[in-house]
Amino acid sequence: MKFLFDSDTWQEIYGSIRKNKVRTAITIIGVLWGIFLLVVLLGAARGMENGFNKLFGNFATNSVFVWTQSTDTPFKGFQEGRRFKLTMNDIAVLNSEYSEEIKLLAPRNQTSNLIIHDFKSGDFRVSGDYPVLDQIQKKSLLYGRFLNENDILSTAKVAVISEDMYKQLFDKDVMPIGQYIKINSINYKVIGVYKPSNTIDFDGDCAYIPFTTFRKVYNTANKVDWMMITANEGTDIEQMEKDVLLTLKGLHKVHPEDERAFGSVNLGKEIGKITGFITGMQFLTWFVGIATLIAGVFAIGNILLITVKERTKEIGIRRALGATPKSIRQQIILESVFLTTIAGMLGIIFGSFVLFIIDSAFGQGEDAALINPTVNIPIILIAFATLIVLGTLIGLIPAHMATVVKPIEALREE
Amino acid sequence: MIKIEQLHKSYPIGKDSLHVLKGIDLHIKEGEFVSIMGSSGSGKSTLLNIVGLLDVHDEGNYYLNGQLIKDMNEKKAAQLRNKFLGFVFQSFNLISYKTALENVALPLYYKGINRKERLKIALDYLDQVELKDWANHLPNELSGGQKQRVAIARALVTKPKVVLADEPTGALDSTTTDSVMDLLKDINDKGMTVFVITHEEEVAAQTKRIVRLKDGVIISDELTKAAKAV
Repeated sequence: MKFLFDSDTWQEIYGSIRKNKVRTAITIIGVLWGIFLLVVLLGAARGMENGFNKLFGNFATNSVFVWTQSTDTPFKGFQEGRRFKLTMNDIAVLNSEYSEEIKLLAPRNQTSNLIIHDFKSGDFRVSGDYPVLDQIQKKSLLYGRFLNENDILSTAKVAVISEDMYKQLFDKDVMPIGQYIKINSINYKVIGVYKPSNTIDFDGDCAYIPFTTFRKVYNTANKVDWMMITANEGTDIEQMEKDVLLTLKGLHKVHPEDERAFGSVNLGKEIGKITGFITGMQFLTWFVGIATLIAGVFAIGNILLITVKERTKEIGIRRALGATPKSIRQQIILESVFLTTIAGMLGIIFGSFVLFIIDSAFGQGEDAALINPTVNIPIILIAFATLIVLGTLIGLIPAHMATVVKPIEALREE
Repeated sequence: MIKIEQLHKSYPIGKDSLHVLKGIDLHIKEGEFVSIMGSSGSGKSTLLNIVGLLDVHDEGNYYLNGQLIKDMNEKKAAQLRNKFLGFVFQSFNLISYKTALENVALPLYYKGINRKERLKIALDYLDQVELKDWANHLPNELSGGQKQRVAIARALVTKPKVVLADEPTGALDSTTTDSVMDLLKDINDKGMTVFVITHEEEVAAQTKRIVRLKDGVIISDELTKAAKAV
């Protein structure tokens, strides 16, 4: 290993590289391109992953949504195609039976209504909700507050409206809090304005009123349109989804094998699909990147092989002057490693620079497609180490070629 | 210094083989100034390559400095070349992208001498061949005679026992030929064994012993006037 730290070794390499500037540059480009692609693609994939994460950002990702449809199997005297609704009783049963698994459970009733304020009006969705909704689907409030337990208990006629509704129903610069809006001829006091999330959202522009108020006003008795359930940490959410559905089937006299009676979406599973897609993309990135790197390293090997042929005579002279085959080999391998290393460094620098540009161009702001496109330092180090190993291995071929030619043949006059 | 007994060498050419050296016996003592003469194809270059450990012989014995040369691996041969032998070639064989000084210093690099020391010694030898002022010039900035003098400096820099010169004047005009031969004579006067291959009578006449080769055998081996004059 001593030869690595010998300034003479490097002097020799510098000499031979300086002599072949053009081929050195061309050689470097292959590997540079490979590692550049790897860095940029990995960074972009990371940016995309960050983008997806942000998309699901203020939604509890371990959520299951359940609603009712119509049965597809006759059961216990009921005919096929029966329609039914979830009830508050279901909620109570689920809450007591799955107290360990269920973290939050939000029963919801929704409808659409004309909403009027002074002379302005608009058709919007109206949703009867419990305060717990704010924990499942975080609301960022511009003014005021979200529904609270008191509103539920007192069946208060209060509403939390979206920013767009506020803009549509109120004049500019009018403070909406404390003002009244009219839904279905009933006055509701506005207690909060929220900013709709620009990520996934099931409600759109929606006026949230207390669940109990909704029940009273729309006369829904103990019916529930649908519910959101989030699981405690460590709960197998798919299993929980199955169990909950089975319990509900029991409560509603639905055949246990009935596929249509209940509709459900497991957000965790859906997100899993997307993360799977991202993982696949990262794998592809690695594959393409490494393959390009290998191609680049082969190009270096190839060019070194050509130069070895060109330098046959020089190598012959060196050997006549006392160079051992080992010293010739060392020099050529080191040249290969040196070139790959320099190329790798340049590739990483250029790649990071392009990522920086991508980040400034697309990576910031509300609707960013790629957020913080970055590559981990350990990944770079691994790629770099791979490069050095490949450089050494590929250098062995021209190094071997350089020494199989006998000095006498190398020196023979042309 | 160099002792050769019944040396045979043949090269395979397709299915046949070309018998180049057919039993050479030659004994060169330390401090001799020998020239090998012969027309092309007489085997003189092959002989030099074998003596210079650049090629291996098929049969017979070869002793260099009393050591039997047999089953040499490349590493061993390289070390012996570096230690005992200095080469001067017809086409100079300087490395084109290295300066005169670096070219002279190269054998010392393979000897493991550090750079500072190396360049100092090399400059000393360049001074001996009167090219100190050209130390930092590249070979293509030098004339033929200058190049050959650089090559001779390079051959001498490791203080070898034997200097092997293969047609050292073959690419030079008569004036520079004389200066190169004077240089070789000086080296010989300092006690070094010099082994020259040539086909020029005038060059051979300046050495002390002429060995004539023809078709792979020695046809004459005699001392020259120059030797008798001493």
